[in-house]
Amino acid sequence: MEIFGITSQAFFGQLLLGLINGSFYAILSLGLAIIFGLLNIINFAHGAQYMVGAFVAWLGLTYFGINYWVSLFVSPLVVGLAAVVIERTMLRHLYKLDHLYGLLLTFGLALIAEGVFKNLFGVSGESYEVPELLQGGVNLGFMFLPIYRAWIVVAALSVCLVTWYVIERTSLGATLRAATQRPDLVQALGINVPVMVTATYAAGAALAAFAGVLAAPVMQVNPVMGSNLIIVVFAVVVIGGMGSIAGAIITGLGLGVIEGLTKVFYPEASAVVIFVIMVLVLLVKPAGLFGKQA
Amino acid sequence: MTSVVLSTSAAAAQRRTLMVFAALIMVGAIAPFVMYPTFLMKVLCFALFACAFNLLLGFAGLLSFGHAAFFGGSAYITGYLCRDLGVTPELSLLAGAAFGGALGAVFGWVAIRRAGIYFAMITLGLAQLVFFLAMQFKFTGGEDGMQGIPRGKLFGLIDMSDNIAMYYFVFAVFLAGFWLINRTIHSPFGQILKAIRDNEPRATSLGYDVARYKLLAFVISATLAGLAGAMKSLVFQLASLADVHWHTSGQVVLMTLMGGLGTILGPVAGALTIVGLEDLLADKVGSWVTVIMGAMFVLCVMLFRRGVVGEIGALFNKSTAQPGAGQH
Repeated sequence: MEIFGITSQAFFGQLLLGLINGSFYAILSLGLAIIFGLLNIINFAHGAQYMVGAFVAWLGLTYFGINYWVSLFVSPLVVGLAAVVIERTMLRHLYKLDHLYGLLLTFGLALIAEGVFKNLFGVSGESYEVPELLQGGVNLGFMFLPIYRAWIVVAALSVCLVTWYVIERTSLGATLRAATQRPDLVQALGINVPVMVTATYAAGAALAAFAGVLAAPVMQVNPVMGSNLIIVVFAVVVIGGMGSIAGAIITGLGLGVIEGLTKVFYPEASAVVIFVIMVLVLLVKPAGLFGKQA
Repeated sequence: MTSVVLSTSAAAAQRRTLMVFAALIMVGAIAPFVMYPTFLMKVLCFALFACAFNLLLGFAGLLSFGHAAFFGGSAYITGYLCRDLGVTPELSLLAGAAFGGALGAVFGWVAIRRAGIYFAMITLGLAQLVFFLAMQFKFTGGEDGMQGIPRGKLFGLIDMSDNIAMYYFVFAVFLAGFWLINRTIHSPFGQILKAIRDNEPRATSLGYDVARYKLLAFVISATLAGLAGAMKSLVFQLASLADVHWHTSGQVVLMTLMGGLGTILGPVAGALTIVGLEDLLADKVGSWVTVIMGAMFVLCVMLFRRGVVGEIGALFNKSTAQPGAGQH
């Protein structure tokens, strides 16, 4: 079977790859949006937290025999705790200053994390075995579907949906949204906003780490896996705007698919297509597809 | 009364600037006899780069995370003109700077649609676009970089393969760039930039076309960043992907931050410190340099937001200390 002169295996294979990348864009931009909403800080360390998440899973498996399923919980927990320390000791002191200091601080932290892991493990990358339960694949007729890849999309989207539900449909989420608008009023109503801020930063970082564990078996676990991704995610955030949770998810997935299709039809442009879309969106709708003009 | 005070303080400022210039020229003239000219040329290239960046962040309050695109892009253009088309070095440099300015106009035109944090993310994305293009174009040499760029003969007369001759040329170009930035900052245009930095709605309400001022500041900054990169490609006879990489954008932010945002000499001090540290540490700690850079970022943001020059200035001159960008 052929589509536009391309075998269906290649076409759907790239489409799936696009969906997988899109899932990562969605989770990461979601985390960035949540952190930005409450802390007013763009978390440049988000990519590093994703990378560390993957490394914690790899280290756990290699040295302590901690399996994939446990890592899915342990790794976000470890990264989340590290994020609590970062927020309590450093970020907290920057909220009253210009946004740019938060960006610069987290950029420095990202450099430190990347550098430390580069020194300990080199840049060649480590491979992580696909867990037994998810090995193999199904032949769907028009393509061969590796089960693990399908799992990534399902798991990532479930986490995104749960996050969306918590923020948009629960009372905890309502408090969070209120604190995003008027932290002083929420505090006056007896809610401990500083603790909420810490928890939010930790949750955003944990989301990144979760994505890192998901990525470990399909991408090389290496120290620079996060920094390359985070720049694309920034572009995704600019395109989608950080105003809406659903917007972040849809934009992330959509751009992943577009990138995947570009790989099929015009591979030379696949690395830049998202940045080109960013420029086009800025020219037509500067606030982003789902954003309010900031 | 006020006008008298103003004019004396303006005269004092002018005298200070003259003194700074005289000191710079003296130090710069003697320096190659005390230190390695190659090291000094590297410092001067990055100092000009950081000064250009500082014009944008320190005086217009715009954080660009994509300045490597101008620095590295111009390095490629100058290298290409010099090596493959045989253009003279001075014309290649000018062409490199012009390319930086043109690219800056495009970047600025797109990026000033958003403010603050988005501005930083957009410039970073655009620079990444340039990085990928540089990786794919044939003339850049891809991963190998563009090697063997000839320094050539300045005006067809002075052979610049001699390090001392090259040094004084680089020093002269640096001084010209530094003077231009200084002139811009103290011009009415520079004052309006500061007004926009400190209170954009107010500047708008006073009738200034804020977007146009920001764009012009961006273009000037990009032109000089391009000039710095072009010069670097002649000095090291190499233009590579490292020059367009986001690490370089981060580096120039660190130099400026460390030296002192919104100070005249800060970026020069910052460039000297960072390039010096890299040189000193490279063979001792090797790959830990990234970690050290990261740690310095954290330290500067947490403890020394005014930077080296800013802190010294505050010590000497408490009453007239200028607050850096962003501390409003």
